[in-house]
Amino acid sequence: MTQLPETSEKKLGLVIDLDTCVGCHACVTACKGWNTENYGAPLSDMDAYGSNPSGTFLNRVHSYEVEPRAGGCSQTVHFPKSCLHCDDAPCVTVCPTGASYKRQEDGIVLVEEDACIGCGLCAWACPYGARELDLAAGVMKKCTLCVDRIYNENLPEEDRIPACVRTCPAGARHFGDLGDPSSEVSMLVAERGGFDLMPEQGTQPTNKYLPPRPKDQLPDMDVLSPALEPVAGEPKGFLKWLDKALEAI
Amino acid sequence: MHPAPSVIVFTVLSGLGFGLLSFLGLGLPQVTGWEAFFYFALAFALAVGGLVASTFHLGNPQRALKAFTQWKTSWLSREAWLSSLALVAMGLYAFAAVFLDISAGLLGWLGAALSVATVVATSMIYAQLMTVPRWNHWLTPLHLLTLSLAGGAILAQQSAVALALLVVAGIVQILHWVLGDRRFEERGHTIESATGLGDIGAARLFEPPHTGTNYLLKEMVHVVGRKHAQKLRVIAFVFMIVLPIAVLILLPQGIVSAALAILCYLIGTFASRWLFFAEAEHVVGLYYGARSAQAVAG
Repeated sequence: MTQLPETSEKKLGLVIDLDTCVGCHACVTACKGWNTENYGAPLSDMDAYGSNPSGTFLNRVHSYEVEPRAGGCSQTVHFPKSCLHCDDAPCVTVCPTGASYKRQEDGIVLVEEDACIGCGLCAWACPYGARELDLAAGVMKKCTLCVDRIYNENLPEEDRIPACVRTCPAGARHFGDLGDPSSEVSMLVAERGGFDLMPEQGTQPTNKYLPPRPKDQLPDMDVLSPALEPVAGEPKGFLKWLDKALEAI
Repeated sequence: MHPAPSVIVFTVLSGLGFGLLSFLGLGLPQVTGWEAFFYFALAFALAVGGLVASTFHLGNPQRALKAFTQWKTSWLSREAWLSSLALVAMGLYAFAAVFLDISAGLLGWLGAALSVATVVATSMIYAQLMTVPRWNHWLTPLHLLTLSLAGGAILAQQSAVALALLVVAGIVQILHWVLGDRRFEERGHTIESATGLGDIGAARLFEPPHTGTNYLLKEMVHVVGRKHAQKLRVIAFVFMIVLPIAVLILLPQGIVSAALAILCYLIGTFASRWLFFAEAEHVVGLYYGARSAQAVAG
């Protein structure tokens, strides 16, 4: 049903650390790999080996340059973006068929592909570009939070987290219950001042982003002066004689 | 937004068809027999033809019946119900008028109300989207409804009503353009609010996530042809509003003047509807630097 659940106590989601992300796109590849082989229709590519390739991805990494207002050099921020599993998900309520739904038990937003007519309205309703219509299957694809991994008892316990989190070599992605204030992810968000994307849209995203820390700045001084200071004040012995002899010439 | 031909054809033609059905339902003009047959055939061809065109952009149209299930939350589902109910009500009304020479007054009123409600539901699909500030306003349903009814009045040969509706539709169209031009800024959506990096300072896209294009860019970050927007606005306004008014005033009322007026109206309305999509900016473009890159790409 496209009516949103009144409350979902558990709010599974991701916390993405923009300070740590190195922009390697490993999460993008891991996501594409896992979700092509598992839940629902594969993530297809169009003209993959041609001159104008494109494809369906559930997670993409943008890179931004920010000029600090406080001065100092510009920062490059790598910015992974996938479905934020919003509390007030506009993509769910617009769906005419009931294919889009938000689970009451853990807050995950999913698409039942057998009911999707591929009208694309949910992708229009999403401010974050988190939904992409797969052009081969004609159905809407989106992040499932690896629902087929996180509850999968056939996998070793350390693998029961989303593929993007499992693969991140920098530890920039965290998975957990953001509805529980004592969970590790919630404490991380509180400690680091995690924020919502485009809060003015009123979607109340579950996923949070941790801001990049300000870069170190050198204290205000003449950087050359320490190097130019004389090492010894007055020469002694042979050097004193040489100094005098050279000056006399 | 990508101006998909199927959606432009759908909204223009079925808007016109349901506009005509509204007038026929109200008994304007009161027709029976063969005359009624031609009026209703035209109205149904436009309304149904438009609805059929709308299924062309679906990925899996064979499941379209499922679109009737979520009327509690979805305007698209409500549109499916209202359009079907309007067609059934007006179908029965048309049958009575054509074959039994009966004008079923109450059924006609119901059909007219459902036809108007269908156009409103269609427009709410666009007006509800907070992600497209230009559309997300009460002027959008008013814009599509006044145009639909003005076209319907021309086809129903209700010249006085058509003139009044064209004037109102013209004013609403100008307001929709002028106020729509500012709404993105007014809502305060920026690349800084999209990325949350505004606390640090001014942000710009350094590198997009991929070298090629993607579904999002094709569907929602359409920039082609915006440079001709002002010219197209003038063309749209002249054909959609000014010329039909001139034809209705200068030529004697009849099939010829109605046909000429509706031809102008269709040319103008197609141009206006193309702009409705092409000029609408989706907030997701911010992540791709679309607003700041507009000067470069546009």
